[in-house]
Amino acid sequence: MSDAAIILEARDVQKRFGAVVAAQDINIKVGLGEKLSLIGANGAGKTTFMNIVTGYLKPDAGSIHFDGLDVTKLNPRQLTRRGVCRSFQIPQLYEPMTALENLLVAIGTSNQAFSLLRPARDAAVLDQGHALLKRFGLEGYAERKVSELPGGVRKLLDIAMALVRRPKVLLLDEPTSGVSVDEKFPLMETVMEALSEEEVTVIFVEHDMEIVTRYSDRVLAFYQGQVIADDDPGEVLADKAVQKYVTGTAKADAVEEEAGA
Amino acid sequence: MHASTKRTCLAGLIAVILLVLAGFVFQHWQTWILFTATKAIGYGLVALGIITLMRGGLVSFGQGLVYCTGAYASGLMATRLGVTDAPVLLVVGMLASALLALIVSPLIARYRGIFFAMLTVALSMVLYGVLVKMNAIGGSDGFTLPEPTFLGWQPSVDYADLALYLLAAVVAVVASTATRLYYDSMAGLVALAVRENELRVEYLGSSVFKVTVRHFTIAGALGGLGGTLNGMALGHIDPLFSFWTTSGEFVFIAVLAGYISVSAVFLSAMILELVRSFSNLYFPETWQLILGGFLIVVIVFLPGGIGSFWERVKEGRAARAQAEQEEGAGS
Ligand SMILES: Nc1ncnc2c1ncn2[C@@H]1O[C@H](COP(=O)(O)OP(=O)(O)OP(=O)(O)O)[C@@H](O)[C@H]1O
Ligand SMILES: [Mg+2]
Repeated sequence: MSDAAIILEARDVQKRFGAVVAAQDINIKVGLGEKLSLIGANGAGKTTFMNIVTGYLKPDAGSIHFDGLDVTKLNPRQLTRRGVCRSFQIPQLYEPMTALENLLVAIGTSNQAFSLLRPARDAAVLDQGHALLKRFGLEGYAERKVSELPGGVRKLLDIAMALVRRPKVLLLDEPTSGVSVDEKFPLMETVMEALSEEEVTVIFVEHDMEIVTRYSDRVLAFYQGQVIADDDPGEVLADKAVQKYVTGTAKADAVEEEAGA
Repeated sequence: MHASTKRTCLAGLIAVILLVLAGFVFQHWQTWILFTATKAIGYGLVALGIITLMRGGLVSFGQGLVYCTGAYASGLMATRLGVTDAPVLLVVGMLASALLALIVSPLIARYRGIFFAMLTVALSMVLYGVLVKMNAIGGSDGFTLPEPTFLGWQPSVDYADLALYLLAAVVAVVASTATRLYYDSMAGLVALAVRENELRVEYLGSSVFKVTVRHFTIAGALGGLGGTLNGMALGHIDPLFSFWTTSGEFVFIAVLAGYISVSAVFLSAMILELVRSFSNLYFPETWQLILGGFLIVVIVFLPGGIGSFWERVKEGRAARAQAEQEEGAGS
């Protein structure tokens, strides 16, 4: 891959929380337009990685580069404006507002120049909000309070909000968590369908290996803050260490070792 | 112009007409009401600032700071420079307080919740302390203001209250209309989002800090208007304008009104003033008891303040309509 096509890069990123190693020697280059998935057991450091990339956490050492610039010192707001946006493991919504209003807020934050003069329910803004709802199949929920909405809808709305700025890199933290097994695929399908209209690099965290295989062209496996595998899905899922520490498909070994320790 | 903007402006126009008419009616019937209403408008303006802050998730317990600053700035302008024109003084008071608020806001905008609230109290107490020591401008006694004039016109004693009331009514409506337009704007909606989830606002690319600075400055401007107006209404100002009990009354009005309706603030301020006057007259020393009880009732039954009453009624009606519809579909 030529460097010109690298949109995001992590160099020697380290992060500890007391004795917990949340990121260690993370070196990743992400190419423009890639669909990258992050896998790893609970506490492996996937969310921490997203928090560092988006500037919410500062690494203890190492740097993050976006579009050729060192962005390690920037905060989430500055990164969002530059085109690094995210959704959350637990959707971060404005609970007493309706689904449409949540999107209006997102739209409002992205046209600040006229936002003082422009009514929130301006026709053009409303159209934009409705179009986005439609793209995620959420038209029916426009006037519903988000605190009353089902998990899958909340997830989609959270992602739709992150998309308003038309990001270059979109990080999705567990887009399919908190919904039933048979809802996972349709949910991911909706997301990927909605994203297909954008030229966006997607990095998503996922625990379901079938989804990982189907929707990503590259997988990073995390274990105790380290990347233990980085390849296409077939290779990563066949990796011994990944099977042992991540997917649990080599459970017998893991149990043996734990008993021995 | 957007339809909702037109509607808000029209509502403002109607409000001005009604308030002016009411002014002339009371002038011939119960003149004391005019003085009470003017004071209530002064208080209401300050509370409107608190409501603006509340929409961004913050409460200031120290709005006496800007209330007092506005009163002193315009008061000194009147006594030292001989400017007695009320509209000019209002602008001076407003700008002085807005400027002070803008200057101190970066310091306090980094804090949230109780820390933010207490910092505002601390600032207002510092101002109180300074003013008490400043004998050149009256120390703890404060000073008396000359009678205001209105664009060169000096009303006779009989009409002084009416003139000030009419000006206050216009100021109240203009300030409320502008505030309402802001609340209904994109920026106003984003501010409301700050109240619900600051993290997400930052992650959408908007600055929570800037919203807080903007709100504190707006609240400063409104506080300055209120302070100037009440200085002129009372004819006398003193450091108590910045005392924490004064600030407490503003919070009382804001909580009683809630942050949904702008006009509820003035209604709530008028209730405070009326209860205070009547209790003083008929049941001395009981007004705190009455207002305290009233506030408890409102908090328990209308947690969104009296301004949420219509919204409640509307919601209730919508819920009933939906229930009926579902019943109809079920049978
Ligand atoms: N702010 C924090 N303070 C202290 N420890 C933290 C903090 N954030 C994360 N950690 C710890 O760092 C480790 C990595 O956490 P992280 O949230 O990145 O895991 P994850 O891979 O996203 O896990 P999950 O699948 O459960 O979401 C965990 O041990 C976690 O407890
Ligand atoms: Mg996580």
